[in-house]
Amino acid sequence: MERPLTQYIRPPGQPPLTLREYEMKGGYAAVRKALAGISPEGVQQAVKDSGLKGRGGAGFNTGMKWSFVPMGKDASGTKYLIANADEMEPGTFKDRMLVEGNPHQLIEGMILAAYAIQATISYVFLRWAYRYAAQLLKNSIQEAYSAGYLGKNILGSGYSLDMYLHTGVGRYMCGEETALLNALEGKRATPRSKPPFPQVSGLFGKPTIVNNVETLCCIPHIVNNGAAWFKSLSLSEDEGGTKIYGVSGKVKIPGAWELPMGVTMRELIEEHAGGMQDGFGLKGVLPGGASTDFLTSDHLDIKMDFKSISSAGSRLGTGTMVVLDDATCPVGFVHNLQHFFAQESCGWCTPCREGLPWVERILLSIEKGNGTEEDLRLLEMHTQLLGPGNTFCALAPGAMEPLQSALKYFKADFDDHIKEKKCPYSHADHLYR
Amino acid sequence: MTAKYDNMLTPTEIAAIDHEIQVLPHKKAAVIEALKIIQQHRGWVSDESVAAIADYLEMGAAEVDSVATFYNLIFRKPVGRHVILLCDSISCYVMGYVSLYEALRQKLSIGYGETTADQRFTLLPNACLGCCDHAPALMIDERLYKDVTVEKLDQLLSEHQ
Repeated sequence: MERPLTQYIRPPGQPPLTLREYEMKGGYAAVRKALAGISPEGVQQAVKDSGLKGRGGAGFNTGMKWSFVPMGKDASGTKYLIANADEMEPGTFKDRMLVEGNPHQLIEGMILAAYAIQATISYVFLRWAYRYAAQLLKNSIQEAYSAGYLGKNILGSGYSLDMYLHTGVGRYMCGEETALLNALEGKRATPRSKPPFPQVSGLFGKPTIVNNVETLCCIPHIVNNGAAWFKSLSLSEDEGGTKIYGVSGKVKIPGAWELPMGVTMRELIEEHAGGMQDGFGLKGVLPGGASTDFLTSDHLDIKMDFKSISSAGSRLGTGTMVVLDDATCPVGFVHNLQHFFAQESCGWCTPCREGLPWVERILLSIEKGNGTEEDLRLLEMHTQLLGPGNTFCALAPGAMEPLQSALKYFKADFDDHIKEKKCPYSHADHLYR
Repeated sequence: MTAKYDNMLTPTEIAAIDHEIQVLPHKKAAVIEALKIIQQHRGWVSDESVAAIADYLEMGAAEVDSVATFYNLIFRKPVGRHVILLCDSISCYVMGYVSLYEALRQKLSIGYGETTADQRFTLLPNACLGCCDHAPALMIDERLYKDVTVEKLDQLLSEHQ
């Protein structure tokens, strides 16, 4: 099985490949190849044909996204390429692995993406907490400048690109691409209205592409090996490549693995994560981070790709799943999620700013044994009021996904809390708020 | 005219802020970097620092403060010599971060947002640290600790005097 993204990642505790070592393994060959003989449009086309879909969670065709950037005579002035490394979706730890494991792969992907849209300035937007990644990226960007892969007239091609590292100061909203742009401009990270889309008017009003780290790490391999090869890595139709999947929660071996796009949830949990820890059963799964709908043990044979997970009523999201075991209270679990979303809401629009704290408080009240039937109706109502179409960005609708599906799949648990006037789960980790 | 708070910034801080401004289309865009720089040198961002940054970047103080208070890791109150960031997100919840919180609260006699009397530690909750396969996790200053247990806490704390 081919694992292009992680093949050169060394075991934990060992430093990643230096630039020289990366070159020895074929690193930066894709930059050489593209700059010597592929047009920017050619790179865009290859990525479009490869079926690469955005790995940050939205799942939009990456080459298609790039194609909205004005090119040639239509484009005047600066254009930007940004790597979104603000990984803050609870339960998600894949981009950390890629950046810490092989920073040059990300830099090479960024150079290629920037070349494809003819950007001249690029940023890595990295969350503060990834200190080791920050140090590695700083050094690796310097190495890439010294070797002539960044800066003026790269490899004599006439193409120039600068790259900067920006470390955020902590806010989930920064992962939303327009909010990320505001943060880079030194503002509060609130979302912008669309249109105009960032591809036309992004950072400082200039055409901008924001791509997830994992998405960008795929680009060198597509340029080197072609769109058809990339497609063939996948088990799913129209969704090329491998995927970094992760599993956390009470499984035997939590972790992240690069596997063909489209492996089943069962394979992930039972083979790669070693199954549930002894004494614990599987009650539910958030397939792609905190803002995805629960699936249950009835869904284990579903493929982990964008289309299949969405037909089952959830989203692939980041592809890093969180397992809910049968000893953890689903109400407490969902309360923890809603606490996160309420805290991280940027306050820009009313349903999210006002609604999420209400939802959090209602769930806490139910968890403490003070819930009523009316509370359940209120929660249902909020899943509508905070749903798609009522807010500026996807934060509140995302927050409602695990809530609405918990109300559907774990209704009996909610009812028991109300009936018994207490949390029926005897977990030591009781709520302190 | 020299602005009132100009002299509040040290030459080192000004040099660092200028370095950031240099690659940006306008001064204001450097405000987050300026806040980070001040915090790095002074441990936190006081009202006077907010005013000084505002003067230097030719912005309103309220505008600077609106940015400063938006971000979780800009401290608008003094913090201890070491800051503990305890991950309170979902995977760490499932894996038992609440017992870590209870233990820290007992050992240090502080809750979230508080600093020990000897100014040694400030305890803060933090959203997902991206370390879910080694939950529960916490950071002390810039160091990440994985697979933390209540038993390991004394050792971790002793590394930060």
